[in-house]
Amino acid sequence: MSEQLFKVTIDNITIEVPPGTTILNAARKIGGDVAPPAMCYYSKLEGSGGKCRTCLVEVSKGSEKDPRPMPKLVASCRTTVMDGMEVKNITSERVVDARAGVVEFLLLNHPLDCPICDQAGECHLQDLSYEHGKEATRYEFQRRTFTKHDLGPYIQLHMTRCILCYRCVFTADQLTKKREHGVLDRGDHSEIATLIEKSLDNDFIGNVIDVCPVGALTDKTFRFKNRVWFLKAMDAHRDCPTCSGKVTLWNRGDEVYRVTARKDQWGEVEDWICNTCRFEKKKTSDWVIEGPRLINRHSVISQGHYAGSVGTVKPTETFKAVNDGRQPRLLMDIHDISEVNQPGTFLSEIERPAHSTDFNSKKA
Amino acid sequence: MSKKLLLEKAHVEGIRYYDVYRREGGYRSVEKALKTMGPEAIVEEVKKSGLRGRGGAGFPAGMKWSFIAKPEGVPRHLVCNADESEPGTFKDRYLMEFIPHLLIEGLIVSSFALGSNDTYIYIRGEYAWIVDILEQAIEEAKQNGFLGKNILGTGFDCNIHVQRGAGAYICGEETALIESLEGKRGNPRIKPPFPAVQGLWMRPTVVNNVETLAAVVPIINIGGEEYAKIGVGRSTGTKLISACGNINKPGVYEIDMTISVEEFIYSDEYCGGIPNGKKLKACIPGGSSVPILPANLLLKTAKGETRYMNYESLGDGGFATGTMMGSGGFIVLDEDQCVVRHTLSLARFYRHESCGQCSPCREGTGWMEKILKNIEYGHGKLSDIDLLWDIQRKIEGNTICPLGDAAAWPVAAAIRHFRDEFEWHVLHPEEAQKRNYGLAHYADPIHVPVTA
Ligand SMILES: Cc1cc2nc3c(=O)[nH]c(=O)nc-3n(C[C@H](O)[C@H](O)[C@H](O)COP(=O)(O)O)c2cc1C
Ligand code: SF4
Ligand code: SF4
Ligand code: FES
Repeated sequence: MSEQLFKVTIDNITIEVPPGTTILNAARKIGGDVAPPAMCYYSKLEGSGGKCRTCLVEVSKGSEKDPRPMPKLVASCRTTVMDGMEVKNITSERVVDARAGVVEFLLLNHPLDCPICDQAGECHLQDLSYEHGKEATRYEFQRRTFTKHDLGPYIQLHMTRCILCYRCVFTADQLTKKREHGVLDRGDHSEIATLIEKSLDNDFIGNVIDVCPVGALTDKTFRFKNRVWFLKAMDAHRDCPTCSGKVTLWNRGDEVYRVTARKDQWGEVEDWICNTCRFEKKKTSDWVIEGPRLINRHSVISQGHYAGSVGTVKPTETFKAVNDGRQPRLLMDIHDISEVNQPGTFLSEIERPAHSTDFNSKKA
Repeated sequence: MSKKLLLEKAHVEGIRYYDVYRREGGYRSVEKALKTMGPEAIVEEVKKSGLRGRGGAGFPAGMKWSFIAKPEGVPRHLVCNADESEPGTFKDRYLMEFIPHLLIEGLIVSSFALGSNDTYIYIRGEYAWIVDILEQAIEEAKQNGFLGKNILGTGFDCNIHVQRGAGAYICGEETALIESLEGKRGNPRIKPPFPAVQGLWMRPTVVNNVETLAAVVPIINIGGEEYAKIGVGRSTGTKLISACGNINKPGVYEIDMTISVEEFIYSDEYCGGIPNGKKLKACIPGGSSVPILPANLLLKTAKGETRYMNYESLGDGGFATGTMMGSGGFIVLDEDQCVVRHTLSLARFYRHESCGQCSPCREGTGWMEKILKNIEYGHGKLSDIDLLWDIQRKIEGNTICPLGDAAAWPVAAAIRHFRDEFEWHVLHPEEAQKRNYGLAHYADPIHVPVTA
């Protein structure tokens, strides 16, 4: 059967794709900003997508046959293209507005505690909120809290960070023989749980950590041991009876801190890996090293990557160079120099705004 | 006096039982349809009748039926939506409770038209006693050769199964209902594919409301054209309205859609006016999810014309000045009612019932409820009203299923038409705080606002 291609125009760029392609995947072919963000869709998981609503786009022309625009924004991850379709992503005000709304909703119950979150540096929600969010939240209420569930020896769940994208549920459903966790309850009290504190321990369950777009599911053998951007990502493999054994090692010096599946440019796992590879093979001698992994330049992880041997070379100090040879302490010690903090000086007793003459500078 | 097609015999003594129902002319439509008409002719008749789905959205039933895919060798299903969970709507319950054979009769004819040998009634779990009534009616129909194998010797086999839901409003949404019927969590599916192509167990499926399917009986009996003559415009036939709130005669009424809203509220045949001579303040005419209208826009359209109890007239002018027929849950508010409190109560319902799949609905409904609670209890700010408006705007149209819209519209309409009432709460916090409705459950500690 000779396959007829469909023409689709996204943000004024036209490409041809096979029928059945979703708008999102067509946009990914073009790449760049044209590709809508996706928090719940995962090309490797059947039936995923449609839930987070971050990929909403405007269809300004339905198709050549029926050019009427679609009345509502549609989830690009679940809408297939028609021949002659015209789509607006970042060129649509409605989309930009709706997406900012979705980001705000997602952040209502997701603390931006990136400094203490294990996912920092790899978090899609962090990226999304920088690129599409607003600078402040309008939410003034207590955030959602949950009782803690222990998921066993390997995986830690931080339910307060979960955005209910269902990816881990699909993963468990589709990759493991036994599904033990899912979504309990409804609405804003729904949660990922195992109902009766079961541990998640079947062969491929570790992959739920990789698919989680935020820091809700973390690797107990790695968490808090290091920050990803201090680690060096290396492609490696081993002869594994359960999975392909193709992984990324996250090293510091010779030490293997973490093992993950390899991810493609959309942050999606290329090949699922088994628990043994992920959690138990933490010696360099367990692996055949292929070489450094290419990391997207935009990623914060790349900073460590470009520094060469991570953790051993200190970044070059540029301060002196750009400040006429002065040391930073000159600027940092203004209190000491101006005596602003002198116990005898009361700013509130000065009737006008304080001025340098009010402070007895030592230098004078 | 409205014509009665569905409830005409509902008060006949013993009509719940087969013998009486049959004696009163029941099951004639099955004989006519199965013996003298083919499936296509039935679909044609329903198309001609102009019958619109009575579950809320008002989609033409005949057209929906004609969309059903007919792949070779794949079974098809008809599913009767008896989940009826919309606050203010209680019409299907009435029909099933008092004249169950009418639904069974409609289901047999419709199953024949759609080629469904296994038809399901998905009923709201709380209607436990109606399950027994329906099962008895099904058994009687089977005993008399109207269900089971080779019905009336025509070679058509049909079984009707009754399935109880577990009491979730979202399971009334057709795709969530299908998921639930399949034994899964009642989350709406993402469309497409539509149920007409891949529904129950991935087979072509039609989901229709109880009242819609019951209406097939008179359509077959009197003919689609005659049916279409009742009513007006694209609002053909009769409609069941469940009326409640501040009216003298709450209840379920069958109307033909030519009477005015004013007549419906004030005439003795229907609601019988407002108790204690109070004034009419507002009304939610189509179940809790449709926009509320203030009295002036309820009795007259924006153009100053009389407003009628039908799809077009109620919707006149769009949501800025109109509302929707919805599922026919008619809720009347007298002058003493507080719109802010009502809106809070609805928001609370939608927050609780959101399935939690998509972010705008999951997060937005809870947020709206919290803000409304602040405003109602005198802890609000003027900017909260604009914030509410913005939140509902960001939910509407951006969710997987219409529950998001259903949560957004009541808030939007309340602010649009009763903004002064919201402002009053903010500007008179002491008075707002003093009001006591005796509703202790609102002290639910989870929702105590931090900003209070
Ligand atoms: C949240 C939600 C709840 C619903 N609940 C019901 C219900 O209880 N009964 C019903 O008939 N339709 C309900 N519907 C509408 C159904 O999805 C569907 O449109 C209807 O059953 C189709 O029947 P009809 O074409 O005969 O109206 C609901 C829709 C939504 C979005
Ligand atoms: S735990 Fe992670 S992967 Fe699972 S639903 Fe929550 S955010 Fe998604
Ligand atoms: S709109 Fe609400 S109820 Fe419907 S799928 Fe989304 S979260 Fe669930
Ligand atoms: S990525 Fe499309 S809705 Fe989540």
